[in-house]
Amino acid sequence: MDFQLSDDQRALRAGVRELLAGRFGRDRMRAALDAATGVDRALWRELGEAGFFALRLPEAEGGVGLGLPEAALLFEEAGRSLLPGPLIATHLVAGSVKGAARGEAVVAVLDAGQPVAHLGEADALLVLAPANAPRAPGGTLRDAAPVRDAAGPVRSADPFTPLWRVTDPVEAGEPLPGAGRLREEGALLAAAEQLGSAARTTEMAVQHAGAREQFGAPIGSFQAVKHLCAGMLVRAELARSAVYAAAVTADPVEIAGAKLLADDAAVRNARDCLQVHGGMGFTWESDVHLHLKRAWLRSGQWLTAAAAEEMLAGDLC
Amino acid sequence: MDLAYTEEEQEFRARLRAWLAAVLPGLPAKPRPDDWPGRRAYDTAWQRMLYDAGYAGLHWPVDAGGRGATPTQHLIFLEETERAGAPYVGANFVGLLHAGPTIAAEGTAEQRARWLPPVLRGDEIWCQGFSEPEAGSDLAALRTRAVRDGDHYVVSGSKIWTSHAEVADWCELLVRTDPAAPRHRGISWLAMEMDAPGVTVRPLRTLAGSTEFAEMFLDEVRVPVSHRVGAENDGWRVTMVTLSFERGTAFVGEVVACRRTLAALAADARRNGRWDDPVLRRRLGRLNAEFRALWRLTQWNVSEAQRAGSGGVPGTGGSVFKLRYSHARQELYEAAAEVLGADSADLDREWVLDRLSSLSYTIAAGTSQIQRNIVAERILGLPKGR
Ligand SMILES: Cc1cc2nc3c(=O)[nH]c(=O)nc-3n(C[C@H](O)[C@H](O)[C@H](O)COP(=O)(O)OP(=O)(O)OC[C@H]3O[C@@H](n4cnc5c(N)ncnc54)[C@H](O)[C@@H]3O)c2cc1C
Repeated sequence: MDFQLSDDQRALRAGVRELLAGRFGRDRMRAALDAATGVDRALWRELGEAGFFALRLPEAEGGVGLGLPEAALLFEEAGRSLLPGPLIATHLVAGSVKGAARGEAVVAVLDAGQPVAHLGEADALLVLAPANAPRAPGGTLRDAAPVRDAAGPVRSADPFTPLWRVTDPVEAGEPLPGAGRLREEGALLAAAEQLGSAARTTEMAVQHAGAREQFGAPIGSFQAVKHLCAGMLVRAELARSAVYAAAVTADPVEIAGAKLLADDAAVRNARDCLQVHGGMGFTWESDVHLHLKRAWLRSGQWLTAAAAEEMLAGDLC
Repeated sequence: MDLAYTEEEQEFRARLRAWLAAVLPGLPAKPRPDDWPGRRAYDTAWQRMLYDAGYAGLHWPVDAGGRGATPTQHLIFLEETERAGAPYVGANFVGLLHAGPTIAAEGTAEQRARWLPPVLRGDEIWCQGFSEPEAGSDLAALRTRAVRDGDHYVVSGSKIWTSHAEVADWCELLVRTDPAAPRHRGISWLAMEMDAPGVTVRPLRTLAGSTEFAEMFLDEVRVPVSHRVGAENDGWRVTMVTLSFERGTAFVGEVVACRRTLAALAADARRNGRWDDPVLRRRLGRLNAEFRALWRLTQWNVSEAQRAGSGGVPGTGGSVFKLRYSHARQELYEAAAEVLGADSADLDREWVLDRLSSLSYTIAAGTSQIQRNIVAERILGLPKGR
């Protein structure tokens, strides 16, 4: 047993972090926010070139040939940097949608009852089978345009994620090969994004607590603040073990546990981060709200807390 | 990231399993919680069996009488013994998990030869005399005095919350040898015989009704200078070397046990119909996620220690674990009370006593508040404060 990152995994993570810092650092991130451009196609292609979408496709098919643990590391970095767009869906169907592997197509995901993120920009639509229909194929593919035409835009609480409400039932499209695990894998990658966000808000809180002074001392020397930060780290590190292990085992129950804990870590850490920032934390200017809004949204995607808890309860019997 | 065990590790597990299956049926019945002589006999007999089979001090260095096993083998040992329902470390706790490792790390060759083999064989029991009425979280405030008199120290003062004091042969004692020095620099580490004249032990009853710990009054107890481990006034450092050593693995068996309890709770809830309540069901589901993740965190910490080499488990990772685990354990038994319903007040029902004893987890071995200070200051680097 060696449950630590391998050298290759460390290098991969460092590489992605560097790529995202260079291509989607804070200035660009804020500019993208102000411009409300949604998916930046040039960046999307660069992500494609970096292997973001083709990561798990076999090398023979032009993929990178890596597995879920590596994908989890990539998506953790995406969550850290607030990278917008339907990254997970595009990654999951990279082998089936033309151009998706290279970052030339944007694939949104429809999960019945949920608003659809980035439907307006999508080239294709992944239609997830209902969570409680275990024997149905995990998902099908459709052209996005007709669904979009019948959908209405939602004023999204997350400024980085345009949402569309689809009211008419959408028929399943073309069956996808190997689609049985789509929801699980999507949940795992969403959990990895949540982990990245939770670790990032911990850093932001610690950084601010060390710099901001009140009563003649850094606020991080006050226990009430210090203990909030310690609690954030504990949540993030427990979620890390859960997410990485679930990526290694790909066990559905373990994935459910990882999603549950990572959702919790992302949402609660963002809220504590906001608290540590005081009035600054309540501003548009601060990045805290961007993490919180995304964390809230992701909590409802792929696998909700209620569904995860029921799965984990079922596992006890 | 590799969660698979190597062939060597699997062989180790298989051998251990076979041995446990062979010997456990021959164990005597567990003594009652208040039968201290019985508990001591039971715990030390088990330690002797481990010793004879070559499992005592598994992860201790070979030159300390241990087997030099890797952190992963140690993890497997703790997991398998718990799975098989083997006795817990019990009264051997301080000898095996703290005093022993301290002597192994800081003692002279003579001191190691004197004290370590009896710990490994289960011949001698140790207790830990650190906390005092006025020195709990602020351990460095301890006042018990040791005054040099020839080749002895004369020790006077009082200790409190000393677990297993009633049955211990030895006490690892922190004393003040230089009252004029800065607090952390005037402390020494002594091994004190519990039957020395001047030692009085008064058992304290815990909220669970039994006497798990005691007060200890020391009235001019003579301790040979040769029983000091480490240099005079260097006792704080000597103690800290090992205080954080086991936090990464100290609860491995318990996490395994908690997962089994959780499954048993679910089975009980199905029998008595409470399983139909989605609120309770989801609560148990969340606890399943929690304990699964705590197990993975343990594997993460152990792998980190294994990579770091012989240095043992980093204490700070242990603080993250302990904070979450102690809380999760309390939540587990709160959920148990809900499953039990009206029976949760019946001390003869399983889990009711466990619910009571779980309350000590956020206090003993460093309170949650102190653990948060450690995490914030030593891992996150936040400034020290009041
Ligand atoms: C079951 C059990 C077994 C034990 N066994 C032993 C043993 O064998 N040997 C031994 O030496 N000791 C033992 N202890 C003692 C244990 O280590 C102490 O109880 C513990 O360190 C806390 O000290 P205290 O009880 O004096 O509480 P205090 O230090 O008085 O703490 C009271 C409260 O104040 C809080 N507090 C204190 N300081 C701070 C701070 N700086 N910041 C924030 N909050 C703070 C604490 O978190 C706690 O909530 C045992 C305790 C228990 C419960």
